[in-house]
Amino acid sequence: MNSPAPESRLSVQGVTVRFGGLTALDDVSFEVAQGHVVGVIGPNGSGKTTLFNVICGFVRPTSGSLTWQGKTLRPRPDRLVRAGIARTLQSVGLFERLTALENVMVGAARARKAGFASALFALPRSDRDEQRLRDEALDWLRRLDVADAANRLPGTLPYPVQKRVSLARALISRPRLLLLDEPAGGLGAEDMTHLAGLIRGLPEAGEWPCSVLLVEHHMDLVMSVCDQVVVLDFGRLVASGTPDDVRSDPVVAAAYLGTDVPAEAELRATP
Amino acid sequence: MSRFIFLTFNGLSFGAVYAALALALVLIWRTTRVLNFAQGAMAVATAYVALSVSDWTGSYWIGFGAALAAGFVLGAVVERVAFRGADRMPPLNTIVIGVGLLILIEAVMGMLYGSANRGFPAAYSTRAYSVGSTALFSKQDVFTVGSVLVLMLVIAVLLTRTPQGLRMRAAAFAPEVARLLGVRVGRLLTLGWALSGLVGALAAMLVIPTGLGLFPQAMDGVFILGFTGAVVGGLESPVGAVVGGVLTGLALSYASGYIGSDITPLAALVLLVVVLLLRPTGLFSGSQVRRV
Repeated sequence: MNSPAPESRLSVQGVTVRFGGLTALDDVSFEVAQGHVVGVIGPNGSGKTTLFNVICGFVRPTSGSLTWQGKTLRPRPDRLVRAGIARTLQSVGLFERLTALENVMVGAARARKAGFASALFALPRSDRDEQRLRDEALDWLRRLDVADAANRLPGTLPYPVQKRVSLARALISRPRLLLLDEPAGGLGAEDMTHLAGLIRGLPEAGEWPCSVLLVEHHMDLVMSVCDQVVVLDFGRLVASGTPDDVRSDPVVAAAYLGTDVPAEAELRATP
Repeated sequence: MSRFIFLTFNGLSFGAVYAALALALVLIWRTTRVLNFAQGAMAVATAYVALSVSDWTGSYWIGFGAALAAGFVLGAVVERVAFRGADRMPPLNTIVIGVGLLILIEAVMGMLYGSANRGFPAAYSTRAYSVGSTALFSKQDVFTVGSVLVLMLVIAVLLTRTPQGLRMRAAAFAPEVARLLGVRVGRLLTLGWALSGLVGALAAMLVIPTGLGLFPQAMDGVFILGFTGAVVGGLESPVGAVVGGVLTGLALSYASGYIGSDITPLAALVLLVVVLLLRPTGLFSGSQVRRV
């Protein structure tokens, strides 16, 4: 690493989000330490996506705060990448009319050199920037084994390939924290193994270790890649710990993993 | 035959102007879903800037450059002041703002320069070269087509061959996702408007000398024809705008040449109706993009 950068730790402190009378997140606190992979699990509607939207700045918390790299984070979507945080979308969200390669190139917005005016007056230089960017994007597609999709439109690609392209688009910005919103959705076993390997490799990636915050339904993936798991239920954080801790926690079993129905109902009746 | 050739050149020359105006409209429409009704009035304002600057400096070309620069600035200012957040407004609001701006700009120009028709010089001679008895095209026609072509090539390169253009396209298709990737969408919207203002200014500088003259409402009619070109092209695609503009120019030139010049406005309407009946989304609309 070139400079003693502040530790890339994300702290979520007492975040509460209310939409009208509905409490989507209720006093949620946890941390993503540098080099950790943290999974967020919970039943549908438990507030996982709201949590992501708070971290991205799409939703402003009613109360509570975020700290990132030692400073208070007041997220705005278009400043997130500059802060070193990247996010993938549950719906993939590739630009339909740009090729896979161009999609990845857009992801490198932070690394841009040529401003518009200089592009206007110095086309040759801008042309070189474009070529460099193109090479870099292709390199990312290659690392994710989808280089042969480079010049195709997303709509013509199989879903797992689209997912990888969107991962490349997030990674090209060299984030310190990657937010993955259901990355395993719609993937088969083989793609899942590849994804698990990729996620586990991120925190150790040489020059720019990247922590991961993962929202996922697929329990096998969560349990195999995460250092720490956070469990949400009805917007409250009901448990956190290592995958083994969480797996054996009776509260979690009741709230999420689904033991017998009466126990679950009982639990919810007495919060 | 000689008449056909003359009408074709004439149509191409006017078509280039309509294409520029159509392109100006499309550049804004595809990013903000605003149909900028003030486009023509903004272009007239830049022509007045050219008039003043040329009078002051004595140089036609400094005035010409000033008009383009004024168009660029005016486009950016209009976006920042009048149309900020337009992508979240109901369509009717943006139309009302556009028409209001049109009236405002024309009124201000009337107050500053009077409503009389001011003579406005062309860059080059408008006398047509002829071969034998066949009139072909003038130097001004060549300049018109050439300068529009150059500007379009520059814009095409910017949009398709630079990282910034790539971001502009991304922001146009899915602003929220682009924002998440660190693209400063607001800035790019301003840039789109500024470019559009510049293209509109060029259109005014080229069309006003061709017998139209300079008065506050000078571009109202031209705007409608540019709009026709944009709709024929499908409103979405810059290439479509250019093709639509040229087609409109040619169609109107043939109609006025063979049927009579009274027919021109009607011919534009007929062209619009025919294209919309055959391809309701325009010739180059998004639905043409290959999907599987």
